[in-house]
Amino acid sequence: MAEELVLLGFWPSIFGMRVRIALAEKGLKYEYKEEDLWNKSDLLLQMNPVHKKVPVLIHKGKPVCESLILVQYIDEVWHNKSPLLPSDPYQRSVARFWADFVDKKIFDLGRKIWRTRGEEHAAAKKEFIESLKLLEGELGNKPYFGGENLGYVDVVFVPCYSWFYAYEKCGNFSIEEECPKLIAWAKRCMQKESVSKSLVDQEKIYGFVLHMNKVLGIE
Amino acid sequence: MSEEVVLLDFWPSPFGMRVRIALAEKGIQYEYQEEDLRNKSDLLLKMNPIHKKIPVLIHRGKPVCESLIQVQYIDEVWHDKSPLIPSDPYQRANARFWADFVDKKIYEIGTKIWTTKGEEQAAAKKEFIESLKLLEGELGDKPYFGGDNLGYVDVALLPFYSWFYAYEKCGNFTIEEECPKLIAWAKRCLQKESVAKSLPDQEKVYGFVLQLKKAFGIE
Repeated sequence: MAEELVLLGFWPSIFGMRVRIALAEKGLKYEYKEEDLWNKSDLLLQMNPVHKKVPVLIHKGKPVCESLILVQYIDEVWHNKSPLLPSDPYQRSVARFWADFVDKKIFDLGRKIWRTRGEEHAAAKKEFIESLKLLEGELGNKPYFGGENLGYVDVVFVPCYSWFYAYEKCGNFSIEEECPKLIAWAKRCMQKESVSKSLVDQEKIYGFVLHMNKVLGIE
Repeated sequence: MSEEVVLLDFWPSPFGMRVRIALAEKGIQYEYQEEDLRNKSDLLLKMNPIHKKIPVLIHRGKPVCESLIQVQYIDEVWHDKSPLIPSDPYQRANARFWADFVDKKIYEIGTKIWTTKGEEQAAAKKEFIESLKLLEGELGDKPYFGGDNLGYVDVALLPFYSWFYAYEKCGNFTIEEECPKLIAWAKRCLQKESVAKSLPDQEKVYGFVLQLKKAFGIE
């Protein structure tokens, strides 16, 4: 059955990691294909002609694109195991809100932390920490954003943890000092096999960032 | 029952219009509160402390934020009437993809058309038309994106039709010449009361844009 599911991804991408965690949570077998984003495969261009981006999930030959849409799709098709989204409409809207918040804030601000310098960098760091604190507030005393088990927001957000070390090195700060509860949450998630085998090692991500900075000519 | 649902909104906002259409499609009575975005109400700041933006839907005292999340919430709570999102997971993923495409492309590029000039405006116009043509392709020969009835993508895209005249005047081009099928679709939708009463007049929106240009010192 493995050929039923194909995931086109790029190893450092937090968006791809979300899909890997979701597939692992559901116990699904799939074929993973690594894309070279500077030399995109014909399959990728055929399956995602509009955005030409990864990740793309191909299920029985049909493509699904955009990571949040992918996670919801996986949750709906394989709804019998490890549900990620709550069943109550209001709680679903809250989960979607915070997933959207992660997309609007964490990724873009994190990117500014490693790609920019000076005032823009300082402003990004400040807003990044503020955003993490808001997420800490949403987590509260729950073990996971999803409550007793991993949920939609956990799956969407935890891949960012693999980039934290790179942000810390580039930004010269410690996320744990500012947001200890969030780091505790991330480590708790990492104890789950679906997360630990889907997230990329933090040092490896930092190496990628250093390489990209060199390529982009960023000091 | 009308006090059960409150919508905090700003009349020219395409995001607010989405929610108005969805509520009308479901036949839901609600209280509409116009916000002055330069002087936001305490209620808005309390109900959307994270983004402080409209629209905010307040249902039995609890806030739901972000227009696409609100439309999905409305569709799920009042699921018995006029379903907007398909029931099949793959079609749902496809509908979410195109609504996301509208968010990523139409609003931002449309904004560039009225806020910029010269090369930047020309590039924005080009990308805007290309994006509308992709949407035309998705519509195909169907009367609506949702098939025989209004669906999620119709609701996501329609509000921008009320801004088309403003884009055309500012960009000195005709959308109907480039995308006749899309204009035909929009006019077809406007025959529905839920749409006609939710969208402001195009001339009124253009007047608002001229006012904004003056306020921001844009030629």
